[in-house]
Amino acid sequence: MGNLSMFLQHLTNGISLGSLYALIAIGYTMVYGILRLINFAHGDIFMLGVYLTYFGILYTSIPWWLVFVIAPAITGIIGLFLEKVCYKPLRDSPRITILISAIGASFLLQNLGIVLFGGRPRAFPVPRVLNHVVKVRGVSINVITFIIPVVTILLLVGLTYFITKTKTGMAMRALSRDYETASLMGIDINKIISITFFMGSLLAAVGGIMWGARYPQLMPLMGMMPGLKSFIAAVVGGIGNIAGAVAGGFILGLGEIMLVALLPRLTGYRDAFAFVVLIIILLVKPSGLMGQRETEKV
Amino acid sequence: MRKNGRSDRAALLALACVVVGLILANRYLDDYKIRIINLSGIYVTLGLSMNLINGFTGMFSLGHAGFMAIGAYTVGILTMPVQMKEMNFFLQPIVPFLANVEWGFLPALLAAGLVAAVLGIIIGAPVLRLTDDYLAIATLGFAEIIRVVFTNTQSLTNGALGLKGIPNYTNTWWSWGVAFVTIWFVSFLIRGSYGKAFMAIREDEVAARAMGINLFKHKVMSFAFGSFFAGVAGGLLASLLGTIDPNMFRITLTFNILLIVVLGGLGRITGTVISAVIVTVMMEALRFLDESINLGFVEIKGVPGMRMVIFSIILILMVIVGREGFLKRLKGRETSYAEN
Repeated sequence: MGNLSMFLQHLTNGISLGSLYALIAIGYTMVYGILRLINFAHGDIFMLGVYLTYFGILYTSIPWWLVFVIAPAITGIIGLFLEKVCYKPLRDSPRITILISAIGASFLLQNLGIVLFGGRPRAFPVPRVLNHVVKVRGVSINVITFIIPVVTILLLVGLTYFITKTKTGMAMRALSRDYETASLMGIDINKIISITFFMGSLLAAVGGIMWGARYPQLMPLMGMMPGLKSFIAAVVGGIGNIAGAVAGGFILGLGEIMLVALLPRLTGYRDAFAFVVLIIILLVKPSGLMGQRETEKV
Repeated sequence: MRKNGRSDRAALLALACVVVGLILANRYLDDYKIRIINLSGIYVTLGLSMNLINGFTGMFSLGHAGFMAIGAYTVGILTMPVQMKEMNFFLQPIVPFLANVEWGFLPALLAAGLVAAVLGIIIGAPVLRLTDDYLAIATLGFAEIIRVVFTNTQSLTNGALGLKGIPNYTNTWWSWGVAFVTIWFVSFLIRGSYGKAFMAIREDEVAARAMGINLFKHKVMSFAFGSFFAGVAGGLLASLLGTIDPNMFRITLTFNILLIVVLGGLGRITGTVISAVIVTVMMEALRFLDESINLGFVEIKGVPGMRMVIFSIILILMVIVGREGFLKRLKGRETSYAEN
């Protein structure tokens, strides 16, 4: 019984970590689907989202639940702005050029973070409602661990509706299928790309807030590792495919937690796990688990 | 042919100037400035080795920090005196076959390059099939894996504690000597048929393949040479600093080299050399931005991280403003190929 409850505990931890990776991975996959660009700065957008929430809660009188809505919106606007400054002028350039710009943008955000927020870690102010432990049949679980997957699923349902049912979503799918034809059909490319960046960054920020509630230590470089791992999740699932990104996120999250739980000797290699998975996937099935059908791209 | 002769003469002249400069520098400059000169030489090697992979062959690799780490640790472990090793490895004794080795600097440097190159081949062979961004992430991942492995192999690398007391063999002659060997080697390689093949792969893989160029062989080769020099440069750095730990070799280090390569121009040798020196000197010169300056009557507060903000902005501006230049340069090259 003890073993089973331990296992359940690890399982819930893995699912909540996986949900977070999934949320961030969606931003990568949406941008990649349309622009064929790895938005290296996505992880740092995630970091900005967490810090904005931190400052919103501690330094304004806005109630925390409202901050949880406003901060992602502002982060979304920052993401949109980032695209306008760093990627839009390079839209017709060789891919390597845009990639360098993306890396530059990532470092700019990280170091701006150090300049503006200071290099010292800060403690995320977790609202008390989200931060207490409940015991379910001997398994003690923090409430936030339950909330994360629920929020993720709700957002995913909303996103799927948006992409499959609305006109903007249809335009996004058209753009990812065939960029030039779509633009000839009267789709406003700039608008759609802006919306994509806005939504990707918004989801990253929501992921970031829950990340902060789960692992309440804020650092300007905190976005790098989750960002890279989420990108790997997107690749594992088949980049450009939203369902794939979610699947990849869960595989990585669960895998990472289970690795540490089942093989404690390998704890130090935790951060290498995702990269090993990436390299195996790239060698065995470069298009990712769900990447074979081009039509599902977004 | 005549053009080659002229550039050879120019190179000899530059070499002579640098030798005279180094003699003067060693006589008159203080330790701090000598250290910057050393770092410049090391960054020239690093910039060129990355340019060989990224600029000439067109493979976007971000694994440089990893190969430097391999080189740095190889030199560190091989050259460190036996007693020093015992002092370093107090948590767990070092693996027996390395406990009693103490090599000279040159063999250790060569070993550093070779180990890095062999690992480059092992790592590169499977992932070099990937295109731009996938390759970038995969190589970045490898660099990260190398760092994680080095943090955890206590009896081989001393883990997170790092190595202290590596003998300081690196001086200006070593760093710039290696830099010149690299410059010579890369320009030699580029002028020959291998270089032509590398550049053909960069311009158009499919066309290159149709012309009978063995893509895999040339890519692995370029990657191996690049990682060899990255390893040697890492070794020089380890011996210059005397202390290394796995966290030195984060992606930030790769970013610095990428900055040098982009500023100098992808696929440009002279540009890379000049930008390596400029960036290294600027990194030091702009250090005041990170620290507080006391002018006696007023204290200007420095902001840590400001330096890197400026460098990131320079990188982005270079790419955005210079894109016309990039395009033009590529177009110019195409016509010259056609004429040949």
